[in-house]
Amino acid sequence: MSVIVQHDPALLEVNPPLVLGNPSYHDLSDRISSIIEPEVGQTPLKYWITLGVTASITGLLGAMLTYLAVTGIGVWGNNRPIGWAWDITNFVFWIGIGHAGTLISAILFLFRQKWRTSINRSAEAMTLFAVMCAGIFPLFHTGRPWRAYWLFPVPNTDLNMWQNFRSPLIWDVFAVSTYFTVSLLFWFTGLVPDLATLRDRAITKIRQWVFGILSLGWRGSARHWRNYEAAYLILAGISTPLVLSVHSVVSFDFATSVIPGWHTTIFPPYFVAGAIFSGFACVMTLLLVARWTLNLQDLITIKHLENMNKIILVTGSIVGYAYCTEFFIAWYSGNIYERFTFLNRAFGPYWWAAWSMYSCNVFIPQLYWFKKMRTNLWVMFIISITTNIGMWFERFVIIATSLTRDFLPTSWGYFHPTWVDMCTFLGTIGLFLTLFLLFARFLPLIAISEVKGVRAYEKHAFPAEAGERVH
Amino acid sequence: MSLTNITSLRPSGTGPKYWRSLDELANTPQFREWMKKEFPESVTELEMDGSSRRTVLKLMAASFGLAGLTACSRPVEHIFPIAKGVEDYIPGHAYFYSTVMSLAGQAAGLLVETHDGRPTKIEGNPDHPFSRGAATALAQGSLLNLYDPDRGWMKSPEASWRAFEDGFLKTMSLGDGSGLRFLSETVSSPSLSALRSETLKKFPKAKWVEYESFQRVNGRLGGEIAFGSPVSIQTNFDKAKVILGLDSDFLGLDWTTPLPTKQFSSRRRVESEEDIEKMNRLYSVESQFSITGANADHRLRLASSEVKQFAIDVATMLGALQGLNVLNNGNDRRSQFLAAVVKDLKAAGPEALVITSPRQPPIVHALAFLMNQTLGSLGNTITISKATAEDRVEAGVDALKALTGEMSSGQVTTLVILGGNPAYTAPADLQFGAAMSKVANSIHLTADGNETAAAVKWAVPEAHFLECWSDAATGTGAAAIQQPVIEPIFGGRTAAELVAMIAGSKDTKAHDIVKNYWTAQWPAAERDKTWRKVLNDGVIPPKQAKEEGAKLTVDAKRIAAAVTAEPKAAGGGIEVTFVPSSSAWDGRYANNGWMQETPDPMTKLVWGNAALISVATAKAKGVEDGDMVALQRGGLKLEAAVLTQPGLADNTVVISLGYGRVRCGRVGKDVGFNANLIRTSDAFWFGSGFEMTKTGGKYVHVTTHERGQAEHMNGRPIYREATIEEYKKNPKVIDEMNELPSLHSVYPERVYDQGYQWGMSIDLGACTGCNACVVACQAENNTPIVGKDQVRRGREMHWIRMDRYYVGSEDEPRAVEQPLPCMQCENAPCENVCPVQATSHSEEGLNDMVYNRCVGTRYCANNCPFKVRHFNFLNFHKEDPQLMAMVFNPDVTVRMRGVMEKCTYCVQRIEEVRIKTRAEGRRAIREGEIQTACQQTCPAEAIVFGNINDPQSRVSKLKKQERNYAMLAELDLKPRTTYLARLRNPNPELGA
Repeated sequence: MSVIVQHDPALLEVNPPLVLGNPSYHDLSDRISSIIEPEVGQTPLKYWITLGVTASITGLLGAMLTYLAVTGIGVWGNNRPIGWAWDITNFVFWIGIGHAGTLISAILFLFRQKWRTSINRSAEAMTLFAVMCAGIFPLFHTGRPWRAYWLFPVPNTDLNMWQNFRSPLIWDVFAVSTYFTVSLLFWFTGLVPDLATLRDRAITKIRQWVFGILSLGWRGSARHWRNYEAAYLILAGISTPLVLSVHSVVSFDFATSVIPGWHTTIFPPYFVAGAIFSGFACVMTLLLVARWTLNLQDLITIKHLENMNKIILVTGSIVGYAYCTEFFIAWYSGNIYERFTFLNRAFGPYWWAAWSMYSCNVFIPQLYWFKKMRTNLWVMFIISITTNIGMWFERFVIIATSLTRDFLPTSWGYFHPTWVDMCTFLGTIGLFLTLFLLFARFLPLIAISEVKGVRAYEKHAFPAEAGERVH
Repeated sequence: MSLTNITSLRPSGTGPKYWRSLDELANTPQFREWMKKEFPESVTELEMDGSSRRTVLKLMAASFGLAGLTACSRPVEHIFPIAKGVEDYIPGHAYFYSTVMSLAGQAAGLLVETHDGRPTKIEGNPDHPFSRGAATALAQGSLLNLYDPDRGWMKSPEASWRAFEDGFLKTMSLGDGSGLRFLSETVSSPSLSALRSETLKKFPKAKWVEYESFQRVNGRLGGEIAFGSPVSIQTNFDKAKVILGLDSDFLGLDWTTPLPTKQFSSRRRVESEEDIEKMNRLYSVESQFSITGANADHRLRLASSEVKQFAIDVATMLGALQGLNVLNNGNDRRSQFLAAVVKDLKAAGPEALVITSPRQPPIVHALAFLMNQTLGSLGNTITISKATAEDRVEAGVDALKALTGEMSSGQVTTLVILGGNPAYTAPADLQFGAAMSKVANSIHLTADGNETAAAVKWAVPEAHFLECWSDAATGTGAAAIQQPVIEPIFGGRTAAELVAMIAGSKDTKAHDIVKNYWTAQWPAAERDKTWRKVLNDGVIPPKQAKEEGAKLTVDAKRIAAAVTAEPKAAGGGIEVTFVPSSSAWDGRYANNGWMQETPDPMTKLVWGNAALISVATAKAKGVEDGDMVALQRGGLKLEAAVLTQPGLADNTVVISLGYGRVRCGRVGKDVGFNANLIRTSDAFWFGSGFEMTKTGGKYVHVTTHERGQAEHMNGRPIYREATIEEYKKNPKVIDEMNELPSLHSVYPERVYDQGYQWGMSIDLGACTGCNACVVACQAENNTPIVGKDQVRRGREMHWIRMDRYYVGSEDEPRAVEQPLPCMQCENAPCENVCPVQATSHSEEGLNDMVYNRCVGTRYCANNCPFKVRHFNFLNFHKEDPQLMAMVFNPDVTVRMRGVMEKCTYCVQRIEEVRIKTRAEGRRAIREGEIQTACQQTCPAEAIVFGNINDPQSRVSKLKKQERNYAMLAELDLKPRTTYLARLRNPNPELGA
């Protein structure tokens, strides 16, 4: 189908092509847009079956949340001492997953990492959906969710309520909502040129109309591009600190408390690293599936995947380092409560959860030191799954081991999840997948305009030429 | 219970008008038609559940709510609704009435708080010599029995008091009473005693038997062995310097009044040098691990059956018994303990006290009398006075055995069971139920639809003690009038009324029976005044001090003879020891949610009992916690689940009574295991020769403390204690237990030095762990009952909990008890994390909880280092019967689901006093004027609350004590609740 371009092999080693097969611009537009243009290609039945399944699971989430809101938090396994359990575990888990999108979009953009282009769109979408799933938990984990709006600074006359700005939960509200808003803007801004492409390709009135409105009158003029690039850069600049701040703030929920195992200054960097770790793993899982099912091997190359695996290795090792530091400090502090907490974490009733976490997050990713492993699709698929299992366990271990055995042994306890806990978590996975499937069906999964920019990357790169766009 | 009963429940005579419409309604043919359709015969009894039952209850509750308005202390016969207003009556204001409650023959004076005619809380009567302002957990919990919707049970819809009286009683001819037997519980009512004598005179061949599960008969029989005549005993723990408890749980359940705790703890509160010298020392020998054992300075675990030999050995070594050899079975611990005890007792002389338990056989009691006499303490720490025995009144299990024999052989034609529940509590070998079927006319005055009520011909409802007139005397001669505070909710009557009805006495109303009995003893001119005075005071002083005590001497020879005549214990197998339950008692509190949910002070079990065994025995028998075992002896068998408890005697199963009720209300049915199934008349309190086999089944025990590692302090300075030697040597010893340097804020902190600053001090040295505060708090603060399943999930709601830690090895541990309310930290970690400021600090240093602001994030509870915050995970009041709404304290909000709650230092009491102070135009609240609920009822006076900004207040002074410490103070929490470390007084010869 295409001509193999000859290159200096040494250069190819460093900067392998980001788009294979040397497609033309039209080819690229066609390739990516046709996925979501049912007029051109029929949506496969398996898509509808999958969507049916995930939508049903989302329905289950609705049923669980209704049951919860009507009956009370008691339908979950939460108890005294463990006031937070799967609810906040899931919240932190989803927020963590939501980190990769913005990281890929913003930080990698600022660092001129061209390989981000094929993956950033779906990663950003994933971020938004993950944050939506995350948002469900703080809302519904309140005993009286119909009063949860009191967490927002909305003036109300009945109680003269005002928020307590000393509470990390209020910081959370602002951090997460800001993150969601900026991520949404960032994602949408990036979509505008592609939406215009879709508008131009549209053959039905509805598509013309909808994409016409959404593309905000984009005509691809130089002035548009100039404004677009500036806006994108500014949003990337705003997003970058958010990537670091959101999970730092989430970690404050724990770090500012007095509970041994929570009360620790290492949490912000440790949580951010963990979040990026889990986010990349989740992007990896989704991309591998998309790559297989939509035949995107030319656009999502082994190079992309290998780069992501390197990040997974680095962040996983940072997380491992953080674990070691926690243990060291617990010992070094001489604090009997801290020491107990960490010994209890590894060898107490939750040893199984702790060792699942150490294995999935620290030991298994070490396989990525080997290029063979980094480039093996099956290995990376499995590791992407185990990483997310491990990171879910990390949050659970931090919450459960610290709360169940704190200062007074007489208030110690244990957490047993109920079926509602499990179905609620499963439901958010369903919601996440449903949203992602809808996204994959209605919007370009890969940033068309950006991929066009790196079509001949290997020719022009090294050194990467900043901001260069080819049309 | 059915609707037709409402007719029967209507008070006879001149009832207030509003009853009439319901009465008329119930009698219309249409209504009866509807009734038949709605409730077929088969479901009219207890089985009737669900919505129809609820409707009935709703109707009843609504009616009784109005009925309650008319209650107060006036005689039932003259009650009117407050339609016109009563002079001096302020609606919404709490009124207190004095009354008395007797349990197992002991009486404690109480004050009942009523709100608009509804009793809402029971407190101790400060003037009553046996309560002195304190009330036990059981006495306080009995309030909920009043509002038990499953009470007021009659056998059939047609049954009513009128039907009983006219249709049944009058048709019976009792003749000379040859076939007439009365079976009552221990009678402590003088007026009922008088009525009994009168009745027995009228029926010369009738007999009266007193039996209940826990009865103080062995002490009386022991007195007869020792003194040759019945005696009444008074123990003065406050005069004792050295106490030897022989299986005695005097701080726990062996006494049903708070008096021993009051007396004992008065010498455990160390506030000065003199107090150290005054401190008593307690040696405890027991098979179970009771709170008395936990409070002992030295404890020796011995099987219940071995206590007798121990008593003999002590008596021999004291020189009280001659010519006996002291047992030497190679148990070094026992020998050392024995030697030390004897030496210490001798040294204490008249200030020594040897005390045993009603659960020990008479001979042990006799030996205790003998030892006290030898030591010279008889007449000092224990005073004896002659008691008058009544003819034809037999008490105890032997009397019940004789009665059952008569019943089986058909000699009994009429059996009147006054209260109690003998069909359930009678020893299994007597087969009381079978014997009862041989009795032609059996009548039961029943507290609820219990096992006995189901088996008799006629069951009529008994009035709750808060609903009726009666009286109760204590052994010292002081008595008190039991005055009602509410009209009988279910039309119950008293035992005296039933007896009077049967005997055809002149007075048939409880009020008349009681009043006439007492006023007859007073000069005619002063009768009304005296009557009003005794009602007000809640106590009738004894006529004169009895002084016969000095004349009574123990006959050592008779005891020695009795000792040698005692049969040798058979031994072998597992020994089973029965103990009353701290929650269900003998089963009468089984349908009481408060009590079921109050954790056992030692095992922390709720909603059930267990076959408690020592850790070593569990290992030897290969059983674990929750394993079902069969306990068998003879043809009797009980299947129960095992729970290990450190510190129990080996080869012993300790099981509490009162569980496994089969005919019981909604709360207590089938909760726990019925120990009565293997309790026999020859092994009434303990017996060996039991076989224990694993059945393979599993059971989930629900405890409020995690088991295993969590039962120890894990090296943390949470509960602090020192021996008096250590304390004398270094008064800073408590402070030096801090593991970590205290943290200090780098920012200037808020100073609380204006106005009132509330604080609390809890003396761990005085606290015995009796749970009175736990129940007081639940009653005062409308704390919900969550049920067994929710406690299993860790969602119990008690605002003050009793923490228990074991110290030392699992074979020979000590145990300590620590009450834990909210610490009201000045730097409260819960406050800064609440996103909506639902919990914040008051100017007076209270950590306030604003329920209607709370959105329920539970962050505060997570961040509470003491975990004293409790979340309403569900609507815990959803299942409350309508009638239960009457028990709520109107001064305290009933919290909805989804909000956090916790101890408030009884802020409603603070505000009440503040309002009173303002109304009286005073400038300041007086010291001691505010008492929190837990403080008020504490029999040990361990809890002191007050203004810490006033250097003269008691709480400020206590906080200045060297043994004052703040738990987890190193977190810079500045808790307002601080503890006074426990000081122990071990015998240096035995080591700490």
